[in-house]
Amino acid sequence: MTSGDPVQPPRRVDRAGIVIAALLAVLAVVLVWDTRVLQTTTMYGMGPEVMPVVVASGLALLAIGNFIDALRGSLPARESADPVPVALILVGLALLIAIIGFGGGFIMATSALFVTTSAAFGRRAILVDAIIALVMSTLIYLAFDRLLTLSLPTGLLERLL
Amino acid sequence: MIDTFAALAHGMAVAVQPMNLLYALIGVFLGTAVGVLPGIGPALTVALLLPVTYKLDPGGSLIMFAGIYYGGMYGGSTTAILINTPGESASMATALEGNKMAKAGRGGPALATSAIGSFVAGTIATLGLAFLAPWLVDFAVRFGPEDYFALMCVAFITVSATFGDSPVRGLTSLFIGLTLGLVGIDKLTGQARLAFGVPELLDGVEVTTLAVGLFAVGEALYVASRRHHTEEKLEPVRGSLWMTKEDWKRSWRPWLRGTMFGFPIGALPAGGAEIPTFLSYSTEKRLTKYPDEFGKGAIEGVAGPEAANNASAAGTLVPLLTLGLPTSATAAMMLAGFQQYGLNPGPLLFAERPDLVWGLIASLFIANCMLLVLNLPLVGLWVRLLAIPQPWLYAGILVFATMGTIAAKPSVVELSMLAGFGVLGFLMRRFDFPIAPLVVGLILGPIAESQLRRALAISLGDPMTLLQSPISATLLGVALIALLAPFVLKGLGRFKASED
Repeated sequence: MTSGDPVQPPRRVDRAGIVIAALLAVLAVVLVWDTRVLQTTTMYGMGPEVMPVVVASGLALLAIGNFIDALRGSLPARESADPVPVALILVGLALLIAIIGFGGGFIMATSALFVTTSAAFGRRAILVDAIIALVMSTLIYLAFDRLLTLSLPTGLLERLL
Repeated sequence: MIDTFAALAHGMAVAVQPMNLLYALIGVFLGTAVGVLPGIGPALTVALLLPVTYKLDPGGSLIMFAGIYYGGMYGGSTTAILINTPGESASMATALEGNKMAKAGRGGPALATSAIGSFVAGTIATLGLAFLAPWLVDFAVRFGPEDYFALMCVAFITVSATFGDSPVRGLTSLFIGLTLGLVGIDKLTGQARLAFGVPELLDGVEVTTLAVGLFAVGEALYVASRRHHTEEKLEPVRGSLWMTKEDWKRSWRPWLRGTMFGFPIGALPAGGAEIPTFLSYSTEKRLTKYPDEFGKGAIEGVAGPEAANNASAAGTLVPLLTLGLPTSATAAMMLAGFQQYGLNPGPLLFAERPDLVWGLIASLFIANCMLLVLNLPLVGLWVRLLAIPQPWLYAGILVFATMGTIAAKPSVVELSMLAGFGVLGFLMRRFDFPIAPLVVGLILGPIAESQLRRALAISLGDPMTLLQSPISATLLGVALIALLAPFVLKGLGRFKASED
């Protein structure tokens, strides 16, 4: 049991845990707020607004539970995390979404994601990776487009093929 | 009894059609190839390969699924043994002794005992499934909507609260899943919930998008964030692949015992292969004649948990096929596979599409045999897959993961959701929230709601209907006990600790 050791130093409040609890509470409020426009049309039984309220109550209780855990500092220990690679991958995903959104096509989009992820995992040969990524995504595109006849988003590069 | 044999024989006839054999083979091959990649467990394997089966007919697709499922399980244990990165908690026990064996140059026998143990356990457990399923179906036919609702409550609680480290964190994960399940058009009244005026959200949250985001993107972010802590080391497979006579003698009892732990626990709606694998590990540790080898690579410690893992995987198919109740993340993905064809597993499916259900069960046998034949000779190929440098591996995984979403729905909203679920998965890993309850909540939440509403509509709005049906009342009681038990036990533990 966690409370078995009497010589443990007093635990500190876990700030991340407080944020988690707050986010859960916000989610509960959003759920209830969203039900205000729902109309109860069912004569018997429950309408569409009941379940969101039930789930919201659960979330509110869990927000309190998480809050207590955070105050006690009883969250499991965490190792330090390196934010740079995480940010790099997220940039890659953002690039992918932007390129698809602006009609840049599948090959460019996935290549961007490949290169940033590979860099996040410590590769520095960006040019080599870019070539690998372009070749790979072109092959995937051709396989999907010609063999499986699934349509992937097309851009400038795809039209050249 | 006779009926079961007849049904199974009929299923075999479906499964051995050349096309279906080919689907099973492709499934086994793809499942192993993807499952063997580090950090990819069976649930993600199924989620990633779901789009591949879009264009097949339901029969072929489900048969391919069976192969992917078992292949992914097998691939996961290969990774656990050779680089000590169990893709999921169920392979953790295998990694304990298996990786030690590989370090000691006995990787070959470790892989062999896990392959043969998986085969033995899978075969026995699939037989168990074949005989238990019709019996459960007979029972489940009598279930009314209120009973189904109560049953789902049991599944919700056991998956999230009862067996995890922290009931609060498990339930939090479940309720986030339930929230996501509410998104979209309410099927009974046609009103939009939690869509915030975004048309793409009206169809609800796609299970595959959620699973791929949580598992693939989340895992990549998590591994990247802590790359400076660990260095993975691939153990080469040295020496003979084959087990010695001694190895066989030490393996067969753990295989059978592991199966006995795995199948019943998997078949109960309790979820997860974690408990049986660790039960099997501790049992083997207690019973072994070579206690000093444990911790240094004892073959019993691989044979038992691997068998338990596979048997419980077949066990989770019992509630999935007979009741439509997924009790693990992988089973939830299988349910998503059924739903993509508008099929709902349950007693009705056994009655209406026996060819499908029994074809699937028969394919499990076939997939199992294929794995045994394929994997030992092909182990060199799988090892080479493991040797892909980490940057390219994760870059490739992310490209593959997003590709599925791009192919299914190439919209900015869907891709943003994928990225958002990735961040959620990363945070959940970082703060130690279990992920399976979220997936189960998303897929089971809407079903539970519609069953409850149907029950209340039948009873003209009287909620007492939930307690008037004996089945439902019992199940709700079980759910309540399962919910309170961890808190009570924790309190007892604290009480005891303060007494010391």
